[in-house]
Amino acid sequence: MRSVDSLPAKLWNSLIWLVIGFFLLNLFGLISAVGVNSFATRWLGTWFPAGYTTRWYFSAWDEFQLWDVLLVTMEVVLAVVVLSLLLGVPAAYALARREFSGKKLLTLLFVLPLLVPPITYGIPLATVLYQVHLAGTMTGVILANLVPTVPFVILVMTPFIEQIDPRLESAARVFGANTFKVFAYVLVPLLAPGMLAAGLLVLVRTVAMFELTFLTAGPSSQTLVVALYYSVFAAGVRAGQSVDAMAMIYMATTLIWLFIALRFVDPTQLVTRVKKTS
Amino acid sequence: MTSQTALSGSAADRPNLRRRLAAAGWDRITLLVLPAAAFVVLLFIYPFAYGLVLSFQPAAGGLFANYAKFFSDPYLYDTIGTTMWLGLPATLINMALALPIAFQVRHFRWQRILTTILVIPITLGTVLVAEGLLTYLGPQGWLNRTLIELGVIGSPVRLIHNYWGVFLSLVITGFPFVFLLTLSYVTGIDPALPQAAATLGAGPASRFRHIFLPLLVPGLAVAFCLAFVQAFSVFPSAVLLGAPAGPTRVISIAAYQAAFEQYDHSMASAIAMIMGAVQLVVVVAVLGARTLFYRGPMGSGKG
Repeated sequence: MRSVDSLPAKLWNSLIWLVIGFFLLNLFGLISAVGVNSFATRWLGTWFPAGYTTRWYFSAWDEFQLWDVLLVTMEVVLAVVVLSLLLGVPAAYALARREFSGKKLLTLLFVLPLLVPPITYGIPLATVLYQVHLAGTMTGVILANLVPTVPFVILVMTPFIEQIDPRLESAARVFGANTFKVFAYVLVPLLAPGMLAAGLLVLVRTVAMFELTFLTAGPSSQTLVVALYYSVFAAGVRAGQSVDAMAMIYMATTLIWLFIALRFVDPTQLVTRVKKTS
Repeated sequence: MTSQTALSGSAADRPNLRRRLAAAGWDRITLLVLPAAAFVVLLFIYPFAYGLVLSFQPAAGGLFANYAKFFSDPYLYDTIGTTMWLGLPATLINMALALPIAFQVRHFRWQRILTTILVIPITLGTVLVAEGLLTYLGPQGWLNRTLIELGVIGSPVRLIHNYWGVFLSLVITGFPFVFLLTLSYVTGIDPALPQAAATLGAGPASRFRHIFLPLLVPGLAVAFCLAFVQAFSVFPSAVLLGAPAGPTRVISIAAYQAAFEQYDHSMASAIAMIMGAVQLVVVVAVLGARTLFYRGPMGSGKG
């Protein structure tokens, strides 16, 4: 298979590594540009800033009321994770364990919100939420963010539940456990690793979910990413370094959770699982 | 399992509702699916249907006034072309890059580290990438400085607040997603198949054309659809990194302005429906072309 070592093959190989390297270099460049700028005293027309300071972090913290924004972000994310697991895991269990009429239709129903991009359904959804006076509140933001995350939990958890031996539950039933007891004492411990992985991925997605929060949030229910958007949008009013300091705080929040999540899931596996179900 | 067949067997003598439901597979366990289904119906299907109905109830004019207005005002209908012109090339470039790289990387030792690095731009999200690119691609940014230093260009290239800024942000946020999907399809192919072809004397190019490509086309079509739909709904980077009043006035900006600047929710819903319809047309066309590819002669080599 890998015996081809002719000159064109070698050139092709190096070309591809060059492309990968170029992509990663630019990615690294854009992330570190934000990082360097957030510590810069003055950075105009040179390779590197004239001096370094940490004061932009303090000014960003005060200017953008980041403490409040972080608190809102944590509340929204926590509520979304817990509620999407509560709604999604039982549904995934039913889909994994039972064959019933209408199952295909239900699967389609759960795949659709993941295929349609948030901004397309976000606008009608925001309109409905405004009608019932939920838009601009925390409840509205949480409800909107649950729309893609509940199906996501179902799609991740269904194959996970399928691989758990159903005889374990049957055995518990033989010894007189009711549905609730089977769920609490047999299933939840077995499901814990899958729920942890799904929950962490929902968490990362929700921290980074811009469109739905942007369309439904009011001034007091902005999450970090929406606050970042508004600060970039109104750039010029404030120092660019201050905006970049906020971007760094946002990046840190997302990346910490991403690396925790990656300890529990293999990114390629996840894509394959989602692909198979859709 | 056995109890269910027994139930459907005894269903001949006037079954009650519960038994008939059980025969269709609906018992107490199956009911667990209902809360989630109700939620999706209430917050996804209902708003969509509501938006569709609302789009036919314009502030002024008849049933189709919103759609007539959209397709008669170039400021509005041009957004479809603008968005296509951004989304299609970006998706095609991402596919063209992802396929050879996935082939190269599939036996790579540090594949997991590479995929982890590539997941980062997805999780950072479009807003942060846009902010980073504003600094990085700017006239005084590192990219322009490097190119000038290398003598490639004489004066800084304008890459932000125009088409190219948005295009590059679509490539950077879209590529990792396309790559991960493609990699999972490529690694999913049974290695015995290309090995058999190699034994029979097929070279790398011929193996790719006759073994890999036909097996990959269905997956690639799905990857293309998902990536295109994401690119077509570009919003934050088109505002922050592009020229939202002109060359990068994409369709989601038009919908947003109708909803939150003119407070014309009927018009906004109509634009959202048009956006959804265009996405659907492209998805159906690509998936349809995939079936054509499969039914057509294998030797034609068109993909």
